[in-house]
Amino acid sequence: MGAGGGTSDVQWCFSQVKGAIDDDVAEADIISTVEFNHSGELLATGDKGGRVVIFQQEPESKNQPQCRGEYNVYSTFQSHEPEFDYLKSLEIEEKINKIRWLPQKNAAQFLLSTNDKTIKLWKISERDKRPEGYNLKEEDGRYRDLNTVTTLRVPVFRPMDLMVEASPRRVFANAHTYHVNSISVNSDCETYLSADDLRINLWNLEITDRSFNIVDIKPTNMEELTEVITAVEFHPNQCNTFVYSSSKGTIRLCDMRASALCDKHAKQFEEPEDPNNRSFFSEIISSISDVKFSHSGRYMMTRDYLSVKIWDLNMESRPVETYQVHEYLRSKLCSLYENDCIFDKFECCWNGNDSVVMTGSYNNFFRMFDRGYRQDVTLEASRENSKPRSVLKPRKVSTGGKRKKDEISVDSLDFNKKILHTAWHPLDNIIAVATTNNLYIFQEKLN
Amino acid sequence: MEVNVEARRILAVSISKLYASRTQRGGLRLHRSLLLSMVMRSARDIYHSSRETEGQTSEEPMETSSKEGCDSEITEDKENMSPTKQSRKRRGKASAAPDFLPSKRARLEPGEERYAAPMGSWRFDPPPTHIAHQGADLHQRSRDRGITGTMVQALRSI
Repeated sequence: MGAGGGTSDVQWCFSQVKGAIDDDVAEADIISTVEFNHSGELLATGDKGGRVVIFQQEPESKNQPQCRGEYNVYSTFQSHEPEFDYLKSLEIEEKINKIRWLPQKNAAQFLLSTNDKTIKLWKISERDKRPEGYNLKEEDGRYRDLNTVTTLRVPVFRPMDLMVEASPRRVFANAHTYHVNSISVNSDCETYLSADDLRINLWNLEITDRSFNIVDIKPTNMEELTEVITAVEFHPNQCNTFVYSSSKGTIRLCDMRASALCDKHAKQFEEPEDPNNRSFFSEIISSISDVKFSHSGRYMMTRDYLSVKIWDLNMESRPVETYQVHEYLRSKLCSLYENDCIFDKFECCWNGNDSVVMTGSYNNFFRMFDRGYRQDVTLEASRENSKPRSVLKPRKVSTGGKRKKDEISVDSLDFNKKILHTAWHPLDNIIAVATTNNLYIFQEKLN
Repeated sequence: MEVNVEARRILAVSISKLYASRTQRGGLRLHRSLLLSMVMRSARDIYHSSRETEGQTSEEPMETSSKEGCDSEITEDKENMSPTKQSRKRRGKASAAPDFLPSKRARLEPGEERYAAPMGSWRFDPPPTHIAHQGADLHQRSRDRGITGTMVQALRSI
């Protein structure tokens, strides 16, 4: 048990799949974000329809010690609704771009969810008892005629069926001109960052009517725009440090102690481009779609279109590790540009002890890279492999001329089936992988 | 030239994507528009370079090499090729502007001289019908700007 396990000794089994089985995917059901909470007990998904669905892990059954608890629906709520900006004549999509959990402080759970413009703090709390025996009200809530009240009684709490309530506690609006792409909660649990294409704002979780703009890369003349912000993340331990990635493939680390405005970075991480790989689409594929600190805080991982890179915070000149996710697509960039796949934003994640990283690809493939054993594996999330506890067979994409048995050729890959969002349980080897509209949960095979 | 054809095709695809993105839900995405404009600029520069090479009127020798498909190398001199150096009078062999396009170059707004390419210098030659209509629509909308100016205008409208 534990969050370790390199790919050499871990076998992954299908556990559950959530979502409709229909091949006809309703656009509102497209999953747009997946996130475990800090204990791993809760798993939240956001979708294009603005809904948040939270799954809760059942306690491990004594009857089946080999199996970790299943995830079942805990709460579903409509987080964001479509809005209309009348001044700009633009519709604001309700799609949930990101969900981030707050560390739990009391019985209730809190999460932040954001669409393109507005961030909301939601409180998810349980109610398993209710007051009964009101003096002035009937059981159905109607007020009694006061003339009929002749005695005094105090209501008492009686058990009821568990009800999970989600209520919006804060709405952080009107602070972003451009589209919000990421949010990150600080380790101080008091502040958080929100980033759009050109600006990063610092918020206090208690204060909704103002935020502090700490990074602004908007040029005076928009014709001189050369890069946008693509992701932001606070350091997991140092509450003064955060990083943000750009469309040019750079990552800037900022220290909020240095100055109030963090336009000037403390460190800039960038790898020089290989001139042999230069093409029309070099800028697009170097754009970073996700950045994640390791749990230790020593490393950070970035995802661009073709690769995952691990950076040591102490070395800015180049990454310490680079993993090719699907290098066979490099010769297909023109086609991927035409069908828009080149604009897909893949996310990445660490396992609990930072020994393995994971990211998605096409054809419902996802990849894991074991940093210690220097091994990688390609797995597939599909209904065909969804027998309970069936072990996932590694997949292989044939890149040479001759295709071996069980290999799939590049031209056979389904580019409509993409895995953009994945999440790894913070403590155990349990992963959540989102296909277009289904959420797959896989667990480590335990004997 | 294969590079020229590929550059033109990419430019056409990019224009149609930029056009389509203006009507999508949620409005124009700055990140996507920026990436599209970068591809368009590369394609436009390649197109210019190869046309000048064909016309043998370039001041600096081009060093282009073409690979398979559209993943052509960008010339080192691309960054030095300013569109403003290209005279409007220098036209391709069959590049007479269609008569639905304005014949005069309208006044530029300050700060846009860098980006506005003269109308005739990058006309598709001869343009397929659907691209010409798209191009015409864009030009009728922003008559005094080059294609980059059109992109900038789209970005500014955010």
